[in-house]
Amino acid sequence: MSTVNKSLIAAVVGASLSFVAQVQAENYAITGATVHTMDAAGSFENGTVFIKDGKIEKVIDGQASTDGYTVIDASGKVVTPGLIGALTSLGLEEVSMSAGTVDSRSEARDISQVGAALDVSYAVNPDSSLINISRIEGITSAATSMSRTGQLFGGQGAIITLGDLDVPVIKPRAFVSTSVSGHGADANGGSRASLWVQLETALDEVQAATTQLAGYDKAWHGLLSRSDLKALKPVLDGNVPLLIEANRAADIRQVIGFKQRNPSLNIALINATEAWRVADALAQANIPVILDPESNLPYNFDELGATLENASRLEEAGVMVTIGINTHNIRLAKQHAGNAVANGLSWEQGLAALTINVAKLFGVENTLGSLAPGKRADVVIWSGDPLQVTEAATQVFINGEKIKMESRQSKLRDRYLNLEQPKPMRYVRP
Amino acid sequence: MTTPTMLKSAVAVALSSILLVGCGEKPSTEEQAPLVTIDSNPFPSTYQVIEYPPVLIQNVTILDGIGGKVENGAILMQDGKISALGTNINAPSDAKVIDGKGKWVTPGIIDTHSHLGVYATPETNSHSDGNEMTKPVTAGVWAEHSIWPQDPGFSRALAGGVTTLQILPGSANLVGGRAVTVKNMPNRTIQDMKFPGAPYGMKMACGENPKRVYGEKGGPATRMGNVAGYRQAWADAQDYMENWARYEADHKAGKNPKPPKRDLQLETLAGVLNGDILVHMHCYRADDMGTMMDVMKEFDYKISSFHHAVESYKIADKLAEADVCSSMWADWWGFKMEAYDAIKENIPMVHHAGACAIVHSDSDLGIQRLNQEAAKAWADGKRVGLDITEADAWTWLTSNPAKSLGVFDKTGSLETGKQADVVIWSENPFSTYAQAEHVYIDGALVYDRNAPDTWPVSDFELGQPGEGDAK
Repeated sequence: MSTVNKSLIAAVVGASLSFVAQVQAENYAITGATVHTMDAAGSFENGTVFIKDGKIEKVIDGQASTDGYTVIDASGKVVTPGLIGALTSLGLEEVSMSAGTVDSRSEARDISQVGAALDVSYAVNPDSSLINISRIEGITSAATSMSRTGQLFGGQGAIITLGDLDVPVIKPRAFVSTSVSGHGADANGGSRASLWVQLETALDEVQAATTQLAGYDKAWHGLLSRSDLKALKPVLDGNVPLLIEANRAADIRQVIGFKQRNPSLNIALINATEAWRVADALAQANIPVILDPESNLPYNFDELGATLENASRLEEAGVMVTIGINTHNIRLAKQHAGNAVANGLSWEQGLAALTINVAKLFGVENTLGSLAPGKRADVVIWSGDPLQVTEAATQVFINGEKIKMESRQSKLRDRYLNLEQPKPMRYVRP
Repeated sequence: MTTPTMLKSAVAVALSSILLVGCGEKPSTEEQAPLVTIDSNPFPSTYQVIEYPPVLIQNVTILDGIGGKVENGAILMQDGKISALGTNINAPSDAKVIDGKGKWVTPGIIDTHSHLGVYATPETNSHSDGNEMTKPVTAGVWAEHSIWPQDPGFSRALAGGVTTLQILPGSANLVGGRAVTVKNMPNRTIQDMKFPGAPYGMKMACGENPKRVYGEKGGPATRMGNVAGYRQAWADAQDYMENWARYEADHKAGKNPKPPKRDLQLETLAGVLNGDILVHMHCYRADDMGTMMDVMKEFDYKISSFHHAVESYKIADKLAEADVCSSMWADWWGFKMEAYDAIKENIPMVHHAGACAIVHSDSDLGIQRLNQEAAKAWADGKRVGLDITEADAWTWLTSNPAKSLGVFDKTGSLETGKQADVVIWSENPFSTYAQAEHVYIDGALVYDRNAPDTWPVSDFELGQPGEGDAK
């Protein structure tokens, strides 16, 4: 059933697409593939994945009756959970520069003194061309977030699906981000000596305000705005992860100390270029990382220890690694992971870094990140090893729907594959 | 080219002035001053080939960079050159013999588009030397005068199998200045890495960048303003060339003409018009490229390669006809409007139309794995029925870039007599997991992945965290 037909039905019955997807989704059995469940069940060389009512029903080793299911023969192929973009601005950004509003960047306003309150869940546009371009390459969901606020915090990010849903946000206000790197310091007083006091003060105020903020009749004389306090309360409670960009070893040690002083915090590191130098302490503090394993240059004095072996050394120490920092080309996360594997990361963790580890980091592992019964049926069939640059997704399922493997880019390609046309290219409709 | 020094000419001019004043003779009867000529190579290469014993690599799969593939192949490097290529080669007695079972050998990768050294890491303001953003035409600046040879990025690129690269000024200006081709062998001065005998390039830029940078600084503010800017620059260069031609003709006729005032901008532009300097033009959109190919005809010069060229697939036939290369990424897109129509099949579609396709980086990370960029493009092409062999796809990384840089007579393919710029890959380099194990430049082993003690370390990295680490 095509998307268009579904939309028509949705319009006719006045139901949302998600409602249609849940109730009328086709059931699928994907057979014959090497299946990596990324779950306790492990991998099967000749597995069958059953998708029912938009969810993973079960994954079995070998064949079983497929009556009542549409069979997708994936013999010789590889099946994995859909990849989760670990840190993107998907849905917030169409063209990065000189081309209209970019919702991932903002200027400071009084309503949020420190930027914590900014909420991208209002801004996600499921019609962005990046959604289709990314999902036909296996990205089925993503963490999406501000890329620049110029403030202490990078706002509240969301977890989104790249499926055909009118409401793409799976989990709003899913995390808050900040930076204690040189970048963070530059934007917040020009020195870590100022930045860290701001960060500590912000948490102190959240702590102090918890009982005072019953209503607007109560006076509040803190530095943070009420909207910031509201956003940071679940962070302090540990219910919402705090993503902290830190690159040099000294900054990462400060983050570890910060967590020791505030044990309730659920902290993950972003970039973490020199994390390998403090890997054991990170493992002990149970702090996972989102990193770009290809970043091996000293872009500044915080990143002198940059190495392609960051991911593998972290794995060895027992730190959970996730991979996938990009927006337009989040589809290259699999190549990034492949290069981490080429430099010592285990292949299993290379794939986990794109799937289950990301789900765990964001606390959505009950619904995303592996092919376990009951989870959203985000499934990718690959032509081969997904970490190989020459292999690609051949069919993607999101929320149990077999998506159309088409994007604005594939249409441009198909229009121009044959340059000899009797009429101008505008008349060529691939 | 003969190159009497400018100093000598200046003395001659001064002497003739004295005579003129002292004797009061009319110019027509004065003694003829020596002909003033311009030194075309004031910063000559001091690159030295490293001495190394002969090396025979055998039992490998060879991609020769010009479309050939040899299974169970062998290659002999001697005195900096490739001395034999085939399947069964006898090694000289002093040769190092490498049995490369399972490994692949290719020519060293050539990147037509790098800003290593001019936008060095660390990315401090102090190292931001790539764009002379002071006026739209800065043909008189030379990238080599900005290159910091201590940029750690050179060694990272080496570990990715890059042996030659062109370093260009940035793309803020209509004419950004001269680009330089270097061997990836940084040393104490920039001259130490200049590729001996390589022609200069000249950077130009289409589209968004110049109009964004100069739109509120006196223009150009539009694409039509850009084009007027290029054309005026070429017209000025033609005028300059005529002035010099007239001067030389008059001198030859026995007159004593005053030489034209030297103009570094027009000198470089004239170098393009007389065929000595190759144009490399940052251009994304098909229509921009179409316009520039007409400007090229109007002023009778050659665009060696469009760079970035994300819409080359739309006009691949026209590019083939005009014999202009496209230096492209595999999949970058969307960071600005003129990059919105990029598609992943651009490179194979350009190749398929018979035009010259090049994989370039424009990135200190991308340059480290250009083989993977080619691999992605190759596989994407294959999936839409563009069946190109791996051996042909490797032309995107070596022979085609060498041609566009004017060094194909020296490097860019594994052919007898060429410079021995060679990479041994741990496996098929179209795999993510392939590593450049050995990199040879002019026959000398300059990177050995398995010998950490020999890895190059820049001055900047000495004594810092991570010195000598696996990078």
